[in-house]
Amino acid sequence: MNFVESHLLSLILFFPAIAAVVILFLPSNNNKLLRWFALGASLVPLVLSLIAWFRFQPSQPGFQFEETYVWYEAIGSSLHLGVDGLSLTMVLLTTLLTPLSILASFNINDRVKAYMMLFLFLETGMLGVFLALDLLIFFVFWEVGLVPMYFLINQWGSENRNYASLKFMIYTMGGSLGLLLAIQMLGVLFGTYDLITLYQRWTSLGAEATLLGMSVQTVKTIAFWAFAIAFAIKVPVWPFHTWLPDAHTEAPTAGSMILAGVLLKLGAYGFLRLILPLYPGEARIFAGALALLATAAIVFGAFGSFAQTDFKRLVAYSSVNHMGFVVLGIAAAGLASGTTDATIALNGAVLQMFNHGLSAAGMFFLVGVIYERTHTRNLDEFGGLFSLVPVYGGILIFTSMASLGLPGLNGFISEFLVVRGTWPILTAYTAISMLGLLFTGAYILKGIRKVLHGPLNEHWAHGEHKLTEINTREILVMTPLMFLILWIGIYPAWILDVINKAVVMFFQ
Amino acid sequence: MNFPVLSIITFTPLVAALIMLMIPAHRKNEVRAIALISAIFALSLSAWVYFTYDQAAGGYQFIEKYDWLPALGINLYFGVDGMSTPLVLLTGVVMFTGVLISWGDDDKHVMSGIQDRPREFFAFLFILAWGVFGVFVSLDLFMLFFFYEIAVFPMYLLIVIWGWAVTREYAAMKLTLYLFIGSVISLVGVLAMYIVQYQNTGVLSFDMLHMEGAGFSQTFQNIWFLPVFLGFAVLGGIWPFHNWSPDGHVAAPTAVSMFHAGVLMKLGAFAALRVGIMLLPDGAKYWQWLIMFFAGVAVVYGAYIAFVQTDFKYMVGFSSVSHMGLVMLGFSTLNREGLLGSGLQMFSHGVMTALFFAVVGMIYDRAHTRQIPELGGMIKVMPFAAIGFIIGGLVSMGMPSFSGFVAEFPIFLGVWKEQWFVAVIASISIIITAAYILLNVRKVFFGQMPEKFEGHITNITAFDKVAITTLCLFMILLGIYPNFMVPMVDKGVENILRLLGGL
Repeated sequence: MNFVESHLLSLILFFPAIAAVVILFLPSNNNKLLRWFALGASLVPLVLSLIAWFRFQPSQPGFQFEETYVWYEAIGSSLHLGVDGLSLTMVLLTTLLTPLSILASFNINDRVKAYMMLFLFLETGMLGVFLALDLLIFFVFWEVGLVPMYFLINQWGSENRNYASLKFMIYTMGGSLGLLLAIQMLGVLFGTYDLITLYQRWTSLGAEATLLGMSVQTVKTIAFWAFAIAFAIKVPVWPFHTWLPDAHTEAPTAGSMILAGVLLKLGAYGFLRLILPLYPGEARIFAGALALLATAAIVFGAFGSFAQTDFKRLVAYSSVNHMGFVVLGIAAAGLASGTTDATIALNGAVLQMFNHGLSAAGMFFLVGVIYERTHTRNLDEFGGLFSLVPVYGGILIFTSMASLGLPGLNGFISEFLVVRGTWPILTAYTAISMLGLLFTGAYILKGIRKVLHGPLNEHWAHGEHKLTEINTREILVMTPLMFLILWIGIYPAWILDVINKAVVMFFQ
Repeated sequence: MNFPVLSIITFTPLVAALIMLMIPAHRKNEVRAIALISAIFALSLSAWVYFTYDQAAGGYQFIEKYDWLPALGINLYFGVDGMSTPLVLLTGVVMFTGVLISWGDDDKHVMSGIQDRPREFFAFLFILAWGVFGVFVSLDLFMLFFFYEIAVFPMYLLIVIWGWAVTREYAAMKLTLYLFIGSVISLVGVLAMYIVQYQNTGVLSFDMLHMEGAGFSQTFQNIWFLPVFLGFAVLGGIWPFHNWSPDGHVAAPTAVSMFHAGVLMKLGAFAALRVGIMLLPDGAKYWQWLIMFFAGVAVVYGAYIAFVQTDFKYMVGFSSVSHMGLVMLGFSTLNREGLLGSGLQMFSHGVMTALFFAVVGMIYDRAHTRQIPELGGMIKVMPFAAIGFIIGGLVSMGMPSFSGFVAEFPIFLGVWKEQWFVAVIASISIIITAAYILLNVRKVFFGQMPEKFEGHITNITAFDKVAITTLCLFMILLGIYPNFMVPMVDKGVENILRLLGGL
């Protein structure tokens, strides 16, 4: 137990990867074994992160459970892990969604072994980003997560997967190229990648100093945008969002769950972990631009979603819409760092990351459930299905309502906090984004109406096409999500307490 | 006197080649067995050297010195430092895997490996390996040159006899002429250095450690650096002297391509470093900008040309130009990070490109075409090769957790310190590389297999699998545990920096 305690984070981080290597040696024709092994392996990080969650001291400043290992001494990078309230929330989200996604992929029969291995590698990649306290390690895991996702979309996706996966990969790599260059520059300037050191040294550079023949201000501005664009692509913020609908739509169901549930959070987390602490000045100057993009994402995401006839694309665009609120909150926090309003906004943004992870994963799963039965995602081909599949219908309505922001469910809490916090800081943008919120209601209701209500499409009522009800395994995937959606909606204090204390310390 | 491990490593391939030539030509499997055993022997010894090299002490180790032509100051003088030890290991690895994938079963339908005159093939290949080991371990300039020529010469025969029938005469001639012209130009420089150091010190010696302190004047260095460096760098595939290289790669049989791209190009880069930069450091500083320009162009241009290729092997060939450009780019920084990265990149690229050529060869042997548009769905019949190629591709893209990232990252750091905009421009190659690797992997290994291949294409052999696994393990090991190699190369770099005056 002592070993587990002292290596908690590295165990969480590397357990999935080690399990993936073990899977390599399991027989590839025994799908049942592979599935259950992968599920079991992904439950271990969940248990460990729950241990971390309960042992975590929210009031204690700084990072906890820190571990440092030698990695690449010659250039000053080490495997430095640690969590604060922000990253621990994200770690919990990741370790929760991965087993659910694996459970959701039990219907995959094609090359189960490779699929499960990629999924577990993906989990390590995502967790590494949240746990890293070293800029280079952050980047390493940032890129590592791309590869499994690329192959998951490319190999197990639907018709247009080649285009979508390449677009996803090139977009993200293109974005991270700037990030890579900026990281290299920081490395050259300071000879270390340790975030805690960089926070101090990079921000305390005098404005009169010159770097690389340019003023510090210019260099910082360029580096800020290099970081910001890489993260904006990942979030994604309008106008960098166009990879997202394609990738989400073509990915296999569990891939979409993780993509929306966790991968998008990586971008937002990058803003929190790197941009706000490293570039407080630039974040203040450019907060308006960021807020503009976020507002555009909220409004256009909602409009885009409303215009879709493909159920999965509808949900995909809703991610653009919801993640816009996260960035809006972050922009407000950057502009008025330290004020009460900024604290509220940032609380909302972080909680929105968690909440969107739950509801988007749930929505994509529910789309997957019906797609698997009907082999269509065209909204016009559904209709009146509620009478055929009442349980599914109930779950879909419940999850949609969370996405819509119905009071009593989680989405309301976080969006309210963001709006409440940003209103005094960025009044105009917040007001415009309300327009987006209005259309959120519109597209969610459109989706529900087209699928569940209206005249019954008789095609699904009889014969070989008869729609079957959601099965036990699928309900099992949804249960934890629905439970958390409800719990945070009714009693958000348990998670907000951790987030709030982290945010307060974050501003100090 | 210690155990003379370096000379044993160096002369093992020669002895093996001679033994093979004494075996009757029809006893193919015995020839192959001798080749494999001696390759394993050389690999084990180079691994032993690698792991017993004292990293804390640094400097030249395992030194051996025998008289050869004392009147002119030529000695058989061997020793390895942190820069050359990984390359000796690399040569051992490529030799081992090269023999494995050339094994060739005598099944008429498969055509894998070498079935035509394996005795002569392995003999020539091993003479080549002899030369390569010799260059990496020589501390005597004459001997370095001697082994350098030995390494180049068998290429001609190997390509002309066993190469791709369509272009082999042209490619072999082009390659040989390019390399010989390059080396003659270097030789002139080497002789000039020999004479001037005699004038300066009064000692007739080709000893490179001695020459390091020969006090070449700034003017001398400015004049002779370029001929010496570029003459060797031709073999490293530096732009604009690279265009022998893709033709040579494509025309060569698989194992020779592996040797050629995996090791021979490192030979050029290593000799350019060892003789050009380390003996003429002030000249290197003077011409730094030009080397950086050439290398920067090679990186981006090579990647772009690789992107537009439709022949799978040409694609890999041009990707080597791009990656070797990174090695040269690291050299041109003349600082710790850049040189460290170059040392690692030489190893990483050697392993990676050997893997690439091995897989391309396996596909060509079975499909009889290398046209990317004509291929498809190969992962169904040869999953192992496909996964190997994908891992190599990720290394090539500089994906973190593989060796490519560990090597390229410091190179970029070094370039940032010298000229930040070169780093920005060179980084474009990362995206281009990602694009061509992903597109070609998808086309060749995934998708629909053309009907004409259905049922004809067989899986790769067990030997092939061992070779692919070995190469992949090195790339992953270096990627997740850089300390496997970094401290050693770092020691070698220290030595170079000392010569550069602590720049």
